[in-house]
Amino acid sequence: MSEDAAGGLSCAEFVELVTDYLEGALDPETEGRFVLHATACPGCETYLDQFRDIIAVSGRLRTDDIDADTRDRLLAQFRDWKRGA
Amino acid sequence: MPRCYEVGVDDEMLVKALRAREESAFRLLVDEWTPLMRRVARGHVSTDATADEVVQDTWVAVLRGIDRFEGRSSLRTWTFRILTNIARTRGVREKRAVPLSSLEPTVDPARFRGPEDPYAGGWKVFPVEWPSPEDAVVEVERAEVVTKAIARLPERQQMVITLRDVHGFPAAEVCELMDLTPANQRVLLHRARAAVRAAVAERYEEEGR
Repeated sequence: MSEDAAGGLSCAEFVELVTDYLEGALDPETEGRFVLHATACPGCETYLDQFRDIIAVSGRLRTDDIDADTRDRLLAQFRDWKRGA
Repeated sequence: MPRCYEVGVDDEMLVKALRAREESAFRLLVDEWTPLMRRVARGHVSTDATADEVVQDTWVAVLRGIDRFEGRSSLRTWTFRILTNIARTRGVREKRAVPLSSLEPTVDPARFRGPEDPYAGGWKVFPVEWPSPEDAVVEVERAEVVTKAIARLPERQQMVITLRDVHGFPAAEVCELMDLTPANQRVLLHRARAAVRAAVAERYEEEGR
């Protein structure tokens, strides 16, 4: 690790901590270094923003559609249940 | 497909409708959750056919149990818990530990300065900034790249990112559904996200060259 690395973390180390940071899983000391690094290093700030970007995009994706046969079978089951079968 | 949690249909209404034997409520849930249930089941059992049976049995159990559902957890949590319980009774699939490769870096080491450099471990070139997804065209394109990148992921990474980021399941629930420790869940999620980010980045870095 370089003496000069912002927050005492190198960029190579920073990128491996992004999910732990977003999950709130870093110990307070490492979290402090992480935040310090992000504010001092434009490259890592961009990297962190891009993680947030793909997480947000993932949350807006259309989900898989059910196949018609499975759906019909499950609805038939529902009707059986409704009849008390 | 609109997601029922997004269109403002709450658990209480759904449970009430199911108890009233309303098919539309059942249909909404079946459409929304079945493909995902099948994938979660497939993580526990060794064949697609068994996974299908597990899903079918789960829906039967949900219907039979709905009158006794107490709402202490969300309907989705309850349903997926039933699913994994049923899957575990059939589950013979060997569980692998997170492989050692998980300790490999998620960003190409060639992107960083070498150990002899005074800025060892620093970016050689900063990541290229992306256009904002607030632009509708960018959003559509970004969604496409993300979808394809998720589809190419190894199975368990794909499952974790799908549950967490696509469907918004909480971490603890994903650990429970997939028999993962919290640390392993984060490792899989991080690797998945890093690969998806890299896929989007590739697109813009090519452009910049």
